Amino acid sequence: MKTRGVIKGIIANLLLVEAENAVGQNEICMIEHQGTELMGEVIKIAGKTAYVQVFDSTRGLRVGTEVVFTGSLLEVTLGPGMLSKNYDGLQNDLAEIDGLFLDRGARSRALDPKAEWHFHPAVKAEEKVIAGSWLGHVDEHGIQHQIMAPFDLEGEWIIESVVEAGTYQADSVLARLRKGDEQREVNMIQRWPVKLALHRFKDKPRPSRLLETGVRTIDSLNPMLEGGVGFIPGPFGSGKTVLQHAISKQAEADIVIVAACGERANEVVEIFKEFPELDDPHTGKKLMDRTIIIANTSNMPVAAREASVYTAMTLGEYYRQMGLRVLLLADSTSRWAQALREMSNRLEDLPGPDAFPMDLTAIISNFYARAGRVELHNGSYGSITFIGTVSPAGGNLKEPVTESTKKATRCFYALAQRRADSKRYPAIDPILSYSKYLEYPEFQAYAAEHISNHYVDAIQEMKNLLQRGGESNDQINILGDDGVPLAYHVHFWRAELIDFVILQQDAFDQIDAMTPMARQMEMLDLVLDICRRDLPFEHFEEVSSFFKGLINDCKQLNYTAYQTEDYATRKAAIETIVRERAEPVNA
Amino acid sequence: MELPKHYTAIKNMTKATCTLEAEGVGNEELALVGGRLAQVVKIIDREVTLQVFGGTEGLFTDAETVFLGKAPTLHVGDDLIGRFFNGYGAPIDGGPELMGKETEIGGPTVNPVRRKQPFQLIATGIAGIDLNNTLVAGQKIPFFANSDQPYNEVMATVALRAEADKIILGGMGLTNDDYLYFKQLFEEEGVLDKIVGFVNTTDNPPLERLLVPDMALTAAEYFSIQKNENVLVLLTDMTLYADALSIVSNRMDQIPSKDSMPGSLYSDLARIYEKAAQFPEGGSITIIAVTTLSEGDITHAIPDNTGYITEGQLFLRKDAEVGRVIVDPFRSLSRLKQLVIGKQTREDHPQVMNAAVRLYADAANARTKLENGFDLTDYDKRALDFAKEYARTILSIDVQLDTHSMLEQTWTLFSKYFSVEELGIKATFTDQYYTD
Repeated sequence: MKTRGVIKGIIANLLLVEAENAVGQNEICMIEHQGTELMGEVIKIAGKTAYVQVFDSTRGLRVGTEVVFTGSLLEVTLGPGMLSKNYDGLQNDLAEIDGLFLDRGARSRALDPKAEWHFHPAVKAEEKVIAGSWLGHVDEHGIQHQIMAPFDLEGEWIIESVVEAGTYQADSVLARLRKGDEQREVNMIQRWPVKLALHRFKDKPRPSRLLETGVRTIDSLNPMLEGGVGFIPGPFGSGKTVLQHAISKQAEADIVIVAACGERANEVVEIFKEFPELDDPHTGKKLMDRTIIIANTSNMPVAAREASVYTAMTLGEYYRQMGLRVLLLADSTSRWAQALREMSNRLEDLPGPDAFPMDLTAIISNFYARAGRVELHNGSYGSITFIGTVSPAGGNLKEPVTESTKKATRCFYALAQRRADSKRYPAIDPILSYSKYLEYPEFQAYAAEHISNHYVDAIQEMKNLLQRGGESNDQINILGDDGVPLAYHVHFWRAELIDFVILQQDAFDQIDAMTPMARQMEMLDLVLDICRRDLPFEHFEEVSSFFKGLINDCKQLNYTAYQTEDYATRKAAIETIVRERAEPVNA
Repeated sequence: MELPKHYTAIKNMTKATCTLEAEGVGNEELALVGGRLAQVVKIIDREVTLQVFGGTEGLFTDAETVFLGKAPTLHVGDDLIGRFFNGYGAPIDGGPELMGKETEIGGPTVNPVRRKQPFQLIATGIAGIDLNNTLVAGQKIPFFANSDQPYNEVMATVALRAEADKIILGGMGLTNDDYLYFKQLFEEEGVLDKIVGFVNTTDNPPLERLLVPDMALTAAEYFSIQKNENVLVLLTDMTLYADALSIVSNRMDQIPSKDSMPGSLYSDLARIYEKAAQFPEGGSITIIAVTTLSEGDITHAIPDNTGYITEGQLFLRKDAEVGRVIVDPFRSLSRLKQLVIGKQTREDHPQVMNAAVRLYADAANARTKLENGFDLTDYDKRALDFAKEYARTILSIDVQLDTHSMLEQTWTLFSKYFSVEELGIKATFTDQYYTD
């Protein structure tokens, strides 16, 4: 018997509901209003009053309206067919909702239970399974989508029977399990509450493998690892979204989940339009085939915005359970934090810093902790790499969301307004930003084996050069071009060379947008070789004109297709210019 | 039909709200309190709190309250054209009442998967916009301006040149002078046949502003969806709109969030701005807004939240070197420009744009050097000369050029002041356009 209640109060999207029987924290309830069902979630209970935040507009709702509590928490539906879907924050399939507008209470199924999939069993009767064991797989857009034993199983179960290979509907029974007298039927679809981490793995070691993104200022300066966590704070207009799109298009991942959390609809439309047309650089198929988009745009209800990041994370965890590499991007987690703030404000909680809820840091850390690379019980590895963007008010990095996120993450990609102003894109500040993974011995060992034996050293060297260049620039600005030794100009221009050739990248140029690791290493060696040389100069203007020419040549090289004749010619020309400068003919 | 119930016992009153006991009232429903329009903002049991748009001054506790059983509406139809209305959608121009279909304002928004990606370039003839921050139909973008800047004039110029099918003015807290400016300008230009105005002036109560954006956008949806027209919505000034929001939340004893703004500011602004869209049938809603700043402070909650919702922002600045108002090339940004530049405009547009802004930044650095008493290099001097000419002949908002001429003119300056290497532009373009 489901608990019922009646509305006693309405304040914006918060309802005060008097419940007849027991209600649960975060329990979902339905409100019938003029023929449509509105959905809400219990977020606070005081005596007989449940505080319900509604995932829809409350316009026209009246006191006295009946509320039915469902007995379950906010859940997602998991199964084959999710890839290439565009969901809202509550996992409604947006394409399945009729009409131009998203009318109130409009809902659609996340998955089609009648869709047919070809199932290949991997287990036999009498085998033992536990929650999350792979029972067999179906092919979902070229991905081996594992059908898994229900995640809520406790202890070991025995397979009573399993169907033969063949085509089945998603909701047809594929296997029967037993444990003592208990019986369970398994089909392709499961449900899982979004706020509960899906922990069905053996171990979660520290990340150690590079997640190649093709973005030079990340891969060659502050690398992100498979299963790593990072974030991108930046004022508006500093290129957060372009950078996130670049990463989602190019990163070496099996599955990409983009959570547009409170973002601009036109930017989401850009993903909708571009991804189905873009080729996946890794498989040659369309990018959309391995992508799920959670489009909870800024105008959608605030409660659904709060849920959207959890929905995205849960879908990510589901694919991770299949031993896949998932890349999860959330743009922007500040909108999520603001949703938390808005709700806490409605509940009249005493505000914490900047009016955010007191437990903001805990909520953020807890969420980021759901990412990681894990070893499954069958020995396979799966990972969720999570990169969130943060939109700090006025670009001030000392605000609560940035600070809390900094504590929870290992990579910090700070976007600088100054760089954006002078169109130095991506505007990731090379001095402020960091990747703590560079200090991990397990990553250093991996890099030496798989990238280059001097990769980590080269990065360190480059960071030093950049810092020295910045310091020299400060001195030049204080003392004037004439007031500093010539060497300061050389330091400054070496840093500019690195900046223009390695760090800056044209996200809208077909070739420059994505640089494979081997090419990055080659450019790194080329640029460092120039920086290491003690080039003779007479006057500071000579320094700048030499380096400007060189930067232009190197930029043209970046625009040239890799390993072509043209590329080789250009590279050789650069090397000749540098050699001739180092050893003048008349010397 | 059930007769509307009358109540005559107001329990509590603040300057903006009143509370009374009533039954069967819906959230966000309209009511008349002593003849003044009000809207339900909170219900606790039998206690209903209303925001009174006209303010409660002179209202007595025994004032008669009638609930109207509906949210605010606008009568939409072709008779909107050429007319001016107040925040309630009632005529202020002496013309007849509207006869169109009664439509609830602030309705649902477009399903993101049904939107079309914006693709139609909006040309304004202002290089600070067309060259550096190109606008696209379906975009939402504010001017961030200090109160002393000519933002309403610039916005009106943009609107008139933009060749929209309809221009809908949403004026919030406009001074009467500015309202008359807009009205006269539209009359003089002979474009009244494509104007609709919803105007709350400083003479009117501030809370009436809260209805203006939704009124304007409901009218915009009629023309863009029913008639497949390209509609330009001008909202000025959104800062005063947000101020009205904070008045209500303050009177309702809500805990204020950053800068005394309500905690829901982001959602409130997003609900308005996200109405901008390119519709699949061809119509579009473009929103150009004004957010006035206090002394250029963009960290304040209003511009800050706005910037994260809108697709860029435009800053006006007076270039002291040439004494002209320009659209600031450093801080301004149109996020949708990538969809059209180099595609609907000439191929070299993106690179020319970036190079010119970078060189303009070099000039700013040179100026700092000069001010600090350092010698300038030959490059610094050339950059300074370039910047002056660039600001005077291209960026200044009183210059009107088409994009092709803007590009040609910029290449002329590039060739005049810089070597090919100093431009850092793809060789294919410098080969074609750079002249020694």
